[in-house]
This record gives sequence, C-alpha cells and structure tokens, in this order.
Amino acid sequence: MTTLLSASVSEKVDVASSPRRPSRWWRVIGYGALGAAGIVVLLPFYWMVLSSLKTNNEVFTIPVQWITTDPVWSNYADIWSKSNMTTWLGNTVFLSAVVTLLQVLTGSFAAYGFAKIQFPGRDVLFLAYIGTLAVPWQSYMVPQFVMMTKLQLTDTLWSIVALQAFGALGVFMMKQFYETIPDELLDAARIDGMSEYGIYRRIMLPLSVPALASLTLITAVTTWNDYMGPLIYLRSPDLWTIQIGLKSFINQYNAEYALIMTGSVLSVLPIVVVFLLGQRYFVEGIATTGLKG
Amino acid sequence: MTTMTTSRRRWRNTAVGLSFLLPNLIGFLILTLIPVGLLFYYAFTEWNVFGGATWTGLDNFRQMAADTTFWTALRNTLYYAAFHIPLTLGVSLGLALLLNRKLRGVAFFRTVAFFPYITSIVAIAQIWNMLFSPGFGPINELLRWIGVDSPPGWTTSADWSMPAVIIVGTWRDMGYYMLLFLAGLQTIPGQLYEAATVDGASAWQRFRAVTLPGLRPTTFFITVLLTIGSFKVFDLILVMTNGGPGQSTLVLAQYIFRKGFEENQFGYASAVSIVLFAICLVVTVIQFVVNKRRRS
Repeated sequence: MTTLLSASVSEKVDVASSPRRPSRWWRVIGYGALGAAGIVVLLPFYWMVLSSLKTNNEVFTIPVQWITTDPVWSNYADIWSKSNMTTWLGNTVFLSAVVTLLQVLTGSFAAYGFAKIQFPGRDVLFLAYIGTLAVPWQSYMVPQFVMMTKLQLTDTLWSIVALQAFGALGVFMMKQFYETIPDELLDAARIDGMSEYGIYRRIMLPLSVPALASLTLITAVTTWNDYMGPLIYLRSPDLWTIQIGLKSFINQYNAEYALIMTGSVLSVLPIVVVFLLGQRYFVEGIATTGLKG
Repeated sequence: MTTMTTSRRRWRNTAVGLSFLLPNLIGFLILTLIPVGLLFYYAFTEWNVFGGATWTGLDNFRQMAADTTFWTALRNTLYYAAFHIPLTLGVSLGLALLLNRKLRGVAFFRTVAFFPYITSIVAIAQIWNMLFSPGFGPINELLRWIGVDSPPGWTTSADWSMPAVIIVGTWRDMGYYMLLFLAGLQTIPGQLYEAATVDGASAWQRFRAVTLPGLRPTTFFITVLLTIGSFKVFDLILVMTNGGPGQSTLVLAQYIFRKGFEENQFGYASAVSIVLFAICLVVTVIQFVVNKRRRS
C-alpha cells in the first residue's frame, strides 16, 4: 500500500517538474479540434433554428446573418394553420407509443425464453433472429409489402405497428442483458416454487429497468424518425406521420424556406428532448448492442 | 423412471419456453422471416396486373444483365461505399480519440456528436440541401469567401451530387460510430499506455502499438456495420436528391424501391434485392474470413 502511494506521489511530482510545454500544446490542439468538431456538428442545427426565426427573404441573404435581431416567432403559429401538424404529430406519437410498448413487452418476454430456458431448437431459432438483423430491410421490403397487402394491413396505422413492433433488435438487446444475470438467482427462485412467468415478472423485469429504458428510447426514436415505412404503407393524408407530412409540406411550399425550417424544428424537438432526458440509457443501449453484435 | 421425468421436464421446458417466444415469434415469423424466404421465390417470377405470380426462371436476372440503369445503380452504390466507409471510419475514430481525453467539455461534446444520428432524415436532408444551395447557400458563400471562384453546384450537379450525399451521410453517422469506438477504447487497459510511456514511446508510437491493436475487434465490427450500412443507403438519398440529377445518385436500394413500388414490378425488384442481399452477405463473409486469418 505504502509503495503504491509513494509511487503515485513521485509520479505526480515527476509530471509537475517536467517541462509542461508539450502537454499544454496538446491541450491547445485538443480544444481546437473539439471546437472545430462542435461547429461542424452543431452549425447545421443552429442554422435550422435561426432560419425558422427569419422571414423568407432573410434566409438566403448574402452575407449570411448569423444573428437575427428581431425573430419572427409568428412562423411557429403559422405552420399550424398551413399544415396538418396536429394530425401528423398525433399519428407519430400513437405509433411511437404502441410500437415501443409492443417491442419492449414481446421482446423482453421472448428474450427471457431465449436466455434462461433450455429447450431443443432454441439456438437455431435465435440464429434466425440474428440472421435477419444482418439482412438489409431494403432487400425484403417488396415481399413484405405483398404480404401486408394480402393481410389487408396497408394504408392503416397497424401496418407500421406490424412492421416495427416485432423486430429482432429488442429480443437481441434484452437477451444480451438477461445473460448477465446469474442463473443461481433464478434457480433459487425455482426451488422456492416460483413459476417461470413469476420469475420473469418479479425478478427479471425489476432488474432490467436500465436495459428496458435503453430499448424504449431507441425504439421510440427510430419509430419517430422512420421515413420509408410510412412512405410505403401510409397513403391516406390523415394517416401521415410527421416525417411524411413534413416532406409533403416541403414539396408543397418549396419557396417558404423559413416555414420549412420551422416544421423541421418541430419534427426534431420532441426527439431532442427525449434524448436529453434519457441520454445515459440511450448511449448505453447503443454501446452494448453495437459491440456485441 | 428417471428418463420419464427428464423427458417430461424437457417437454414442459419446451412448452414454457415457446410460450415466452410466441408473442414476438408470430409477428417475426409472418412479417420478417417469411418475406425473407419469399424473396427467393419472387425473384424468379413475373407479376401480372391481377396480382399473381408466374414462374419465369432466370428471366429477371437476364433482364438485369442488360439493364444499364441497374449497372448505374450498382456503380453508384459502390461509389458511395468506397468513400463513405473510410471517411466515416476515420472521422469517427478521430472524434473518439479526441473525446477520450480529459478535456473540459468532453461530456457535452459526446452528447452533441450524437445529435445528427437521432435527427430525422427529412429534416437533415432539407437543412443540408439549403446549406448546399449553389447560389445562396452558406457553404458556397464560405467557399467564395476563401477564394473559390466557381464553387460546385452540389445536389444540382451530376458530378457533385454524390460527394454532397457522402458528406451528409458521414456527418450523420459519425456520432454513432464514435460511440462504438469510445466503448472500444475503454476496454484497452491503461497499464499498457503507462508501460509504453515508461519505455519511451512517443504519442504516435503508442497509438500504433497500443491503441490500434487494442481497437482491432471494434474496428472490425464497425467496418462490417458500416459496409452493410453503405450498401443499403437509401432514404437519405431519396429525400436529398431522389437519385438525381439524372441518375447520378441512384443507388441499388432506391432502384428496388422504384421498380417495386412505383412500377409494380415485384419480380424484377426482388431479383435486384437478391443482388443487394448477396453483396452484403459476401462482404460480411469476406470480412469475417480476413479477420480470422489476421488473428491466427
């Protein structure tokens, strides 16, 4: 212990007495790079918000006005009367909620079966789940559409629910997490006479709150931002989601630059808020599923 | 007696296990697994106006071989992948190394770097299309300001549309892959760096001898993800350029969409889908084999 302590102390002294210039230079370069990266990432967003507060003519004035002296807040009122924002947001909230609920419930339920119950054929079945994660959706969207047509689900909100709610991702993510929970814990519960369903509900679910939160956030954000699913399946304007609605608004009012940016801000804002609230879970979810794939 | 109980337990386990899988499995089977299987049937069929399929053997594939638009789409897909993969790999690794340092504000930047990834394609495409606007856009204004006389027309020019799409694709993806790299960096033991420093290794040598080898599994995995992601690139391009101008940004996935959903040629679209699927499969297998060989 003492040797460890003295070693670390002497190291500190060493660092302090050594010439500082290289480390300071590294810091300067580091902050420079950090600043540059920050600008590259954030400037488009800043420009979006800025433009949403301008008049149409101001959006493209040269040179660019990086600060607006009197913001046009009325854009944020106008867009509601010029578009069906309310319908679009309503549909998107509905879809995100239903898809997420189903994905989390059925996904974690199935994951328990895959992770903690031994039965023949289980691993083959799981391989099929994992296998489809690697198949690009674009390559089977046509047969899927034909099937959905036969099920008479096209042009209903349920088509998007069906499309998104039973994906392999939720099963995969939750299985990864459940495997970190020791079997001894479950065996003890089994000896006490608890059924598998009881174990799932009273032991696994409470333990997996962080993983469930990650899955919830990732699914909700993906569903909110999905463009292709709704584009293919939702033809009636009153079923449109915010993405489809915004795109049609852009096509219809293609010269109303400021309003288009207002709509974009409104489509992004809820996600940013959700992300900032649950950032930790979101990042954890990406990092774990990403690395163990 | 014992065999009875084990077989009964086995049966019971199967029933209970399946009951857990079922709610998800039914949806997955009908909506994912069966369509994936059907793909291999549709690709050999022709669809008539009444919505039925006729078996036509290899006709779709013969048609594809002579279809110049298909080859253009394939070439464009390779073009996108050839630049998007190394660019994203480099930028996200750079960002991860930067954000792995003990600098003030790093936590804030980790959050911020993720913003593009959670923003919808429609909003991103619209913002960048306006930034790229040839006459009045801020990007060209900046280029003129630093002395470029005739800045590119970006999404309105057949030569610059693909670079524009690649830039936006990289900007969008870098935060996600940065996160995976960061997670990888954190698995490298700090003692290795200390040992290297004691041995007198410079920063560059430490990077070559410790960081890169330590990141190898991560880099491999990210390359696989990025490759598949690049080959199936679709919605960003659809919204930004709709494949244009001309066919300059038409990619395979969009060609499938066009044939399948705009022209109702389900059979032909499925045949093109098989090509996309095969490319992703082959690339993944090659990467796995190379990785295995390198390790042994």
